[in-house]
Amino acid sequence: MAEPLIKILADKCVGCTLCVKACPFGAISMVNRKAVIDLNKCTLCGACVEACRFNAIELKKSRDAERDLTAYQNVWVFAEQVDGQIQPVTYELLGEGRKLADQLGMKLCAVLLGAGITPKAAELVARGADIVYVVDRPELAYFRDEPYAAVLIELVRKHKPNIMLCGATTIGRSLVSRVAVSVHTGLTADCTALAIDPVSKNLLQTRPAFGGNIMATIITPNHRPQMATVRHKVMKEAVADPSRQGTILTEVVADTVLRARADRLRFVPEETVTVNLAEADIIVSGGRGLQKPENFALLEDLAKVLGAAVGASRAAVDANWIPYSHQVGQTGKTVCPKLYIACGISGQIQHLAGMSSSDVIVAINKDPEAPIFKVATYGIVGDVLTIVPLLTRKFKEVLGK
Amino acid sequence: MHFIVCIKQVPNTADVRINPETNTLMREGVESIINPFDMYAIEEALRLKARLGGKVTAISMGPPQAETALREAISMGVDDGILLTDRAFAGSDTWATSYTLAMAIRKLGQFDLIICGKQASDGDTAQVGPGIATHLDLPQITYVRKMETIDERRIVAERLLENGYEVIEAPLPCLLTVVKEINEPRLPSLKGKLAAKKAVITKWGAADLPVEKGKIGLEGSPTKVVKIFTPKPREGGEILVGEPEVVVEKLVARLKDIVLDAAS
Repeated sequence: MAEPLIKILADKCVGCTLCVKACPFGAISMVNRKAVIDLNKCTLCGACVEACRFNAIELKKSRDAERDLTAYQNVWVFAEQVDGQIQPVTYELLGEGRKLADQLGMKLCAVLLGAGITPKAAELVARGADIVYVVDRPELAYFRDEPYAAVLIELVRKHKPNIMLCGATTIGRSLVSRVAVSVHTGLTADCTALAIDPVSKNLLQTRPAFGGNIMATIITPNHRPQMATVRHKVMKEAVADPSRQGTILTEVVADTVLRARADRLRFVPEETVTVNLAEADIIVSGGRGLQKPENFALLEDLAKVLGAAVGASRAAVDANWIPYSHQVGQTGKTVCPKLYIACGISGQIQHLAGMSSSDVIVAINKDPEAPIFKVATYGIVGDVLTIVPLLTRKFKEVLGK
Repeated sequence: MHFIVCIKQVPNTADVRINPETNTLMREGVESIINPFDMYAIEEALRLKARLGGKVTAISMGPPQAETALREAISMGVDDGILLTDRAFAGSDTWATSYTLAMAIRKLGQFDLIICGKQASDGDTAQVGPGIATHLDLPQITYVRKMETIDERRIVAERLLENGYEVIEAPLPCLLTVVKEINEPRLPSLKGKLAAKKAVITKWGAADLPVEKGKIGLEGSPTKVVKIFTPKPREGGEILVGEPEVVVEKLVARLKDIVLDAAS
C-alpha cells in the first residue's frame, strides 16, 4: 500500500478538535486526545489543514513540477448554438468571461461551430468577444459528440487558451468532458462563481456539491486550459453593443477531424415546451398538492401569463402527471430562475437541491409545516387550487394582458 | 453480450443533515446507497441481458466499504462485481476516476456496452461517463431516456435534450449514460440476495491495473480542491396572511417588478 497522502503529526497535535469540526466528510475523530483520520472517508480536500492552528496536519500536494504555462493565453467561451440560434447561456459566459479576461489582461474569444453559422459570429463580437473562431461545416450543423469534441481539441492544441468556459447544459457537459480528458486538463462542473486568484492568477472555480449542501472552490494549478462548465442563469448576460469591433477567424479543419461513429437519426422537439426550463427566468412548478394531472392546466395558465416555464416535483412526475423532462430536483434538473413559484410542493431535500439557488422563491402549500416554507421568500398557506387561479387573474390585470 | 455498469457508492442525501453549530455536513449514521442514477444503469443492463443473453459486470471505485454497493448490484441480478480500491486512488478527480475505471475495463477485455448513470448525486459532475468513453476511444450517447433497438453490432437510443430528444445510432462497443426516465429499477429478489451474500467481489488495486502512476489519485488529478465551505442556509421569508384574494394581492404587489424585469 502506498503511504497515505495525508497524516496527523502526533507531536504537534494538541487535541483541540478544530479539524474534527472542519471536516465536511466526518473523517476525523479523536483517539486518546489526538486526531485520527479515517482514510476511507477522507477525500483529501484539505479543509482540516486550513483549520488546524498548530500545523499538525500534513497533506502532500501533487508532486508535479511547476510547469511553464505562459504559452496559454486568453479566455475562451464555447458558443452553444441550437438550430443556428446562439443559446442565452453563451451570453452569460461572455459577460463573465469579459471580467476574467480584463483581470488577466487577456483577450476574450468565442468558439462557434455550426453549418452556415458564420453570420452569427457578429453577435458574439457585439456581446464582448475580441476574437471569434468559426468552424463552418455541414457536418457541424447540430451537436454531435465526436466531431464537436475533435474540433475543439484541435483548436485548443493550436491556440492554447488559458481558460475555457462552457454552459453546464446537456450539450456542454457531454462535449467538454471529452475535451478535458483528451487534452489532459482539469474540468470543474456546474460552477456558480468564478474569480481570479490575485496572486497565482489561477481561476477559482466554486461549485455546489451534495445537492448544494456544501460548496467547493477548485483550481487547476498545473494544467491548461482551466476548464469549467457554468450553471445557467447565475452569471449576468453581456449586454449587446453592435458598434463593438472584433476579429472573426474562419478555422479550417481536416475531414478526418469530423469523423463520427454515432449519429443522429432524427430529432423530436418536445411539444409541450414553450419555455426551456433551464433558461427560464420564471418557473411555475407543481407537486402532489395539485391532486390530479388535469390541474397542471392551472399552472400552464399562470405560466402563460408570466412567460414562465412549467416545472414539477418528483412526486408529480412519478405519478405520470407530467413528463420527466419537467422534473426539478436531484434526479431531474437544477434550475436557477429569478422567480420560482412552488405550488403544492412540500420541499423534500432532493427538490430543494434543484431550485434553492433561485433568486426569489414563492411557496403555496396547505401544510404550514411544509419544508418548502423554510426556503421561501414569500409563503402562502392555502390551497393551490384556489390560490393559483386567483394569481393568474390578478397578474393578467396588473400586466395588462 | 457483455454489459458493464459503472456504479458509485454515495451517502443518501435524504439523510444528510447540517450541524447547526459548526455548519458542516453531518455524516455520522448516514446510510450509504448506490448512486440513484446508477440504479437505472443496472436495471437497463439487466433488461438487455434478459433480451440478448450474456452477462453484466458492475465496477466501482471507492473505499473497501463500497463492496456493499457491488453486493447490492448482485442482489438485483448483476453477475460479477469488481471493486477498484487502493489508497493510491484517493483524491481522484473526474479525470483520474474516469482513467482508472477505463483501465479496469480495458483489463476486463471484451465488452459490448458500458452503461453509467448520468451523474452521481454527491459530486453532480456528469463527467465520468464521457471521460471513460474518451479514455477508451468509444462513441457515447449521454442522457439516454429510452433504448430503441440494439443488436450485436449497433444501438439506437434516445437522448434527452433541453428542447426535446434526439434518436442516435451508434456502433458497439459504445458508452451510455442514462437518466431516470429510462426504466424503473427492480427490487432485489430473494435468490439475488442469497447470491449477493455468497458472491466473491474481485478487488483490484493500482498494481493490478495497466495504469501510469502519475495519472491516478490525487497526483493524477488536474483539479485540486482549495476550499470547502457550507453555504449560508437560505432563510424563510415572509408568510403572507389573510383571505385568498388579499394574500394574492399582496403577493402580486411584491412580485410585479420581478415579473416585469424578467419580461424585458
